Amino acid sequence: MRDALLRVCGAACVLLVWEAAGRSGLFLDGYLPPPSQVFPQVVHLLGDPEFLLGVVATVLSWAIGLLIATVVAVPLGLLLAARPLARAASRAVVEFLRPIPTVAMVPLAVVAVGGGPETKIGLTAFAALWPVLFTTMYAYDEVEPLLVDTARAFGLSRSRVALRVALPSVAPFVLTGVRLSAAIALSVLVGVEMLTGTSGGIGEFILLASSGATRMDRVLAAVVVAGVLGYLINEGLERAQVRWFGWRGAEVGAG
Amino acid sequence: MSATTAVRSPRARCGAGVAAFALRWGFFAVVVGVWQWVAAAAYHPFFPAPAEILDTALRLWFTGGFPSGAVVDGPLASLGRVVGGWALASLLGVALGTLLGLSRSASVAAGPVFAFFRSLPLPALVPVFVLLTTLGTRMVLTVVVFGAVWAVLLATVDGVRSVDPVQVETALVYRVPWSVRLFGVVLPAALPKVFAGLRVSLSQALVLVVVAELFAPNGGLGAQLRDAQNKFDFAALWAVLVVLGVFGYALNTALLAVERRLLGWHRAAAGSLGGP
Repeated sequence: MRDALLRVCGAACVLLVWEAAGRSGLFLDGYLPPPSQVFPQVVHLLGDPEFLLGVVATVLSWAIGLLIATVVAVPLGLLLAARPLARAASRAVVEFLRPIPTVAMVPLAVVAVGGGPETKIGLTAFAALWPVLFTTMYAYDEVEPLLVDTARAFGLSRSRVALRVALPSVAPFVLTGVRLSAAIALSVLVGVEMLTGTSGGIGEFILLASSGATRMDRVLAAVVVAGVLGYLINEGLERAQVRWFGWRGAEVGAG
Repeated sequence: MSATTAVRSPRARCGAGVAAFALRWGFFAVVVGVWQWVAAAAYHPFFPAPAEILDTALRLWFTGGFPSGAVVDGPLASLGRVVGGWALASLLGVALGTLLGLSRSASVAAGPVFAFFRSLPLPALVPVFVLLTTLGTRMVLTVVVFGAVWAVLLATVDGVRSVDPVQVETALVYRVPWSVRLFGVVLPAALPKVFAGLRVSLSQALVLVVVAELFAPNGGLGAQLRDAQNKFDFAALWAVLVVLGVFGYALNTALLAVERRLLGWHRAAAGSLGGP
């Protein structure tokens, strides 16, 4: 009860500081609209079919990108982890590719592929690949060798061991990777939408609202919606993890 | 597995390290070689060969002596902004996070705000700061500090909150002065979690610098990317990506080395106690 009150107070404090900063006159008129202008705009946007279509476009691209990344990264991670030589050899390539910010590939992708949805989905999938790949590889190391040896002793083939023993053991860790990827994917997706400006979604909405006749209240309202969307995604995946793999208890958190 | 590594002599371990190093970079060289061969054979304008990318990089950044204007305005400006912005965000995050973490009420109250900023797609913040600050280094730094601070802040609060109360209370009982309690007990115990936050915020800083430079005329590598895009100069686009990869790799490696040095005791202590 006391904690709930504290949380409300914390959020209220931040909103009050923002309100004060917005009304203080420190910034030119309309450059930092206070929450008393932004939140009505959020309500207005949520009733605007065009904006809602943008939200749907973003969520769909996010889901497709994340799905592609997972489908590619899990088998690749298992393959690399099961072959120590392949894992050691690929390390430099992976360590070099991973830190390149995906948003920096936007100009190249726009000129080579175009500014449509395939660009943003492809780049989102690329960015989301790495956390799933790494957690799958680490998870494979944690698979109980006794289980694998037992299955092998009972005559299961390598592929069946991978499917029946390794995959269920790594699944909770993989979900942790997917959760990390989900946040990165949304962030990259909104960035790509903003930078291409032609592929729809919340990012394009923010770009349009911030250029020309700048409407900062609409920009901030869309940022708030994007943040809430990210929060819902994160919370949803966390709940799914507890629900499906709650029996793994501490191990889930260790991933 | 652990038995064999324990028996191995330091010299054998060193040899294995050299072999792993050679394997890793040998494969890297093979990949680059195959790319060179395929790109030269296919001759597709979108996928220039590594040799051509290197040529373009030299032309872009190294014509007219080493500290040419283009290298200072492009790669060095962006690198400075990444490191500077990340350092500022880290200092701010650790300081504020320690203050908040020391009080249970304060960390509970900050919870919802942290949850929002942790899940906010950070690139969306860039347009907000276009109007609020002047373009250039100042804007990029503001975006990086405001965006990358949350990961450090959250990790520090988490780290400080998770310090073993027995340690803190023991220090209290022995009347250890507060500064020693803070820098000798609380912060070292929080350090492993703080470093996890620092790693996340470093990659966020790199992304935010690129988005800020691509989104608005702020100079840096982002401006050179836009320029190359407008000229359909594919080799230059690839060259910038390679430079970003090198920066990312170098920064990550440096941070990991510092972490290994500073946290060596932590892993040793956890090991000797039979901990996780």
